[in-house]
Amino acid sequence: MGQTVIEKIIAHNVGRTSVKPGEIVTAKVDRVMLDDIMMPFIVGKFQEMGFDKVWDPDKVVMIYDHLVPASQQDDVRHYKVGDAFAKEQGLKHVHRSDGICHQLMTEAGYVKPGDVVFGTDSHTTTYGCVGAFSTGIGYTEMAAILGTGELWVKVPETIRVEIEGELPAGVMSKDVILRLIGDLGADGATYRALEFAGSTVEHMTVASRMTMTNMAIEAGAKCAVFATDEKTAEYCGIRLSDFQKSLGGDADAVYEKVLRYRAEDFVPVMACPSQVDRIRNVSELEGTPIDQVFIGSCTNGRLEDLAAAAEVLKGKKVSPFIRLIVTPASRLVYEQADRQGILRTLVEAGAIVTHPGCGLCCGRAGGILSDYERVVATNNRNFLGRMGTSKVEIYLASPRTAAACAVAGKITMA
Amino acid sequence: MSVGKIFKFHNDLDTDQIIASQYLLLPNIDEMKGHTFESLDPDFPEKVKPGDYVVGGENFGCGSSREQAPSVLKALGVRAIVAKSFARIFYRNAINIGLPVIVCKDLPDAVQTGDEMDLSLTEGVAVANGVSYTCTKLPEYMQNILSQGGLIASLNKED
Repeated sequence: MGQTVIEKIIAHNVGRTSVKPGEIVTAKVDRVMLDDIMMPFIVGKFQEMGFDKVWDPDKVVMIYDHLVPASQQDDVRHYKVGDAFAKEQGLKHVHRSDGICHQLMTEAGYVKPGDVVFGTDSHTTTYGCVGAFSTGIGYTEMAAILGTGELWVKVPETIRVEIEGELPAGVMSKDVILRLIGDLGADGATYRALEFAGSTVEHMTVASRMTMTNMAIEAGAKCAVFATDEKTAEYCGIRLSDFQKSLGGDADAVYEKVLRYRAEDFVPVMACPSQVDRIRNVSELEGTPIDQVFIGSCTNGRLEDLAAAAEVLKGKKVSPFIRLIVTPASRLVYEQADRQGILRTLVEAGAIVTHPGCGLCCGRAGGILSDYERVVATNNRNFLGRMGTSKVEIYLASPRTAAACAVAGKITMA
Repeated sequence: MSVGKIFKFHNDLDTDQIIASQYLLLPNIDEMKGHTFESLDPDFPEKVKPGDYVVGGENFGCGSSREQAPSVLKALGVRAIVAKSFARIFYRNAINIGLPVIVCKDLPDAVQTGDEMDLSLTEGVAVANGVSYTCTKLPEYMQNILSQGGLIASLNKED
């Protein structure tokens, strides 16, 4: 019988020919990601468990991103705990100011198709963009992996999403995933794997796919994955093994359900305050006044996102009372956007371009909002209190839509 | 069985509401717990007593992977969380720290904050307002972690 992508990855990991949804297996972990916010807790639990040595220092990646550069004095304590642990354990993969963890894990080549990866952040689902099984866990489980190299996993049922055809001009992969979350609901894929397929996603760049796997958690999904193809190989800079080449869903695989979409039916949308599944067409929200626009995050801070914003902003000016904050997802994205003149276009239009990192998305860096302010943002969550006080209204959108809103000073179509 | 007071919350309750991001930088769970549910009910940490229960709707604990969310509830003495469904990372985290998370489809709609509830973890039965509700039992693997007091205790036992 055929298998889904996630079933193939888990079966391969545990050295079997197949696994079935609902089974609990012990996975051997290929890579872990530790972020700065959780650092003191991970190290504390590791010590509490009585471990001395990390099972395999080469498989551990530590990334400081939420707290870089420090905005409060306490932030520095997290770097110090992390640095001491890295030194004690001989960890080599430490990024202290290179960008957002989920961007770096694939960009710097830490994750490959077929890998099993865990991270201490819920958006660890992102790495399914290169055909990996990856998901978020808490710090106690991370400490257990650091000591043992293993974690129990319940094999998830898979929901397959097939999208065929060409997306209309101005519609980005962000619009696609927002619409899917709206249709599934914020818990519609809980415990499930999402498998994206069809000609539309086959034509997407890995960067666009990343936006979709990143947001899968907003429908509750355990993980999300695309079939591994030549684009994956090129992005990862590898030649695919036979196993990696096999990482597509089989025609006779068993899916919990299959959702089918036509690409031409997608339109620019937004997730309205304060639920990720409250999806409205941008056209229905036309004219809503706003105070700020944020373009960045692990969802939409990549080169193609900044380029899409620059295309809209070229030769135009940000509306006088709007603050437009642009945060590249990584140092590499920052450099590339600089070399291609994208940053210049953004700055000339009136954008504030910040250092790479999580920035405003987690409500910590410059640009936090106050009561009754409204922001259009390209990140992944519009929860109460996420980007300032609990009375801030957050509308999630694509970079293209966000840029158009910055020029208009209100919600509008690009 | 163990009688406690119910504190009821809505569907899709996210971890930012349980403990907001800005408090994750506090040095330990004891300093964080005073900010539990701050945006929804700032007096919650004062009102809740050891042995009380949190009741939620669908998708309880959605959002971030922060283990501090179940940890502050446990530190305040919450005995168990009963909800229609849980977000998966929250669910795993709660079991790993030894906080029982119980799925019960019918009870949440039938109770209010302030009602009393009796819960038998071993039998998977909750009693509130004179009505008995059967809850979903945990899979054996997770029941073992929970009954040993969480993942740390469970790993130590394997040694």
